[in-house]
Amino acid sequence: MNFARKVQILLWKEVKSELRAKEMISAMLVFSLLVVAVFGFALPSDRELVKQVFPGILWVTLTFAGILGLNRSFVSEKQNDCIYGLMLCPMDRAAIYCAKTIMNLLLMLIVELITIPLFFVMFNLTAPPNLSLFLLVLAVGTFGFMSVGTFLSALAANTRSSEVLLPILMIPMIVPILISAVQADKIILAGGGFLELKIFFNLLIVFAVVFTVVPLLLFDYLLEV
Amino acid sequence: MIAAEGLTKQIGSKKILKGIDLEIASGEFVTCFGPNGAGKSTTLKILALLSKPSSGKLFIDGKDVNEHGQDLRSKVGVISHNTFLYANLTAKENLQFYGKMYEVPKLESRIDEILEQVGLAYAAADITGTFSRGMQQRLAIARSLVHNPPILLMDEPYTGLDEMAKGILSSVLESLSDNKHTVFLITHDFDQGLEQSDQTVILVEGRIVHRCNPRDITREEFRQLYLKCVEEAQ
Repeated sequence: MNFARKVQILLWKEVKSELRAKEMISAMLVFSLLVVAVFGFALPSDRELVKQVFPGILWVTLTFAGILGLNRSFVSEKQNDCIYGLMLCPMDRAAIYCAKTIMNLLLMLIVELITIPLFFVMFNLTAPPNLSLFLLVLAVGTFGFMSVGTFLSALAANTRSSEVLLPILMIPMIVPILISAVQADKIILAGGGFLELKIFFNLLIVFAVVFTVVPLLLFDYLLEV
Repeated sequence: MIAAEGLTKQIGSKKILKGIDLEIASGEFVTCFGPNGAGKSTTLKILALLSKPSSGKLFIDGKDVNEHGQDLRSKVGVISHNTFLYANLTAKENLQFYGKMYEVPKLESRIDEILEQVGLAYAAADITGTFSRGMQQRLAIARSLVHNPPILLMDEPYTGLDEMAKGILSSVLESLSDNKHTVFLITHDFDQGLEQSDQTVILVEGRIVHRCNPRDITREEFRQLYLKCVEEAQ
């Protein structure tokens, strides 16, 4: 059976489990909605100032909401030593990483679909002039930090203080992604086009690729450790 | 069926296995005894391809596991004191998941059959997290057998089981003593361990210090022998 089919079966298990428990999505959504509310009331109504700080607030919110979800990502595998059950299965173990990453991305997509429109409403901002470019940066940035985040959550899950360790490991690693995404969004909100943000977009792509390929190669080794 | 040559396992500076040589013929039932910390579970993890040895060779069906590990995993079933079951899935969903991963043909009828065998057909649609320890362990037995593996590795499977679950596990083990299944059992319980085994090994301090056929020895003699081996090695 091919790799894609195994990923599909693993993803079926992830979705079924999350639909029943709602462990990850509830934490991620509640956190991001609280942040929207807090910043919505805390920031002054100066539109230009809000435009300047909005990309930073957006990405910090998404990062921490993502970390909350990622912290729970491998918890179900730790209970009853289910990770050994997966490791026993006849497949390339990178399929586990792929399924987990896809699941985390799906959850992040739900959070973004709900949170980002609310951000625009609360901050009284109009939709960016180049909406498709904004969505593209959002997609690549999210993919990049969730890819490496999934790998690091598997690493942290084996430690006693995993919930503390994950952000400590993850945030320094995703700094290039965060800076590129924030700068790119700033340019988009100011009405800039692809040429102005090309360097940041290229950086996002490079890190997204590196943060996907390296975990894929190292995941089997990580499970053995 | 299983041949281990000089298996060692070192974690940091601690040597857990110090050269395990073990040969288990096809259809043989081998029981491993040993005190806590002897390296029994580490040995089982290596035999189950869950962990790589620091040195030494392991062959299953004559194939080197370093080269054919991924394919050989489908030949192995593991029952541990941990169940490897997802608490948020139902009994049937757990078996569906593992059955699909092992590409079990006619999966639905196989699931019905195996749930019947472990006495859990009535709870097929119940969430596993709501099961008692005994029910979870029975489902774990079903999980490990769903793909009908020719090799079954068991790490203290009787731990925490009620009498009913022990009875079901014993009858499942009995059904596996058919010379078609190769079984490696780790236990502290002499009665259960010696009952069906063709060969017993005593593992102390990462080394196999004794092996014998339990039919050549009484239970009391084996108990004395075990205590002597442990005392001498320590």
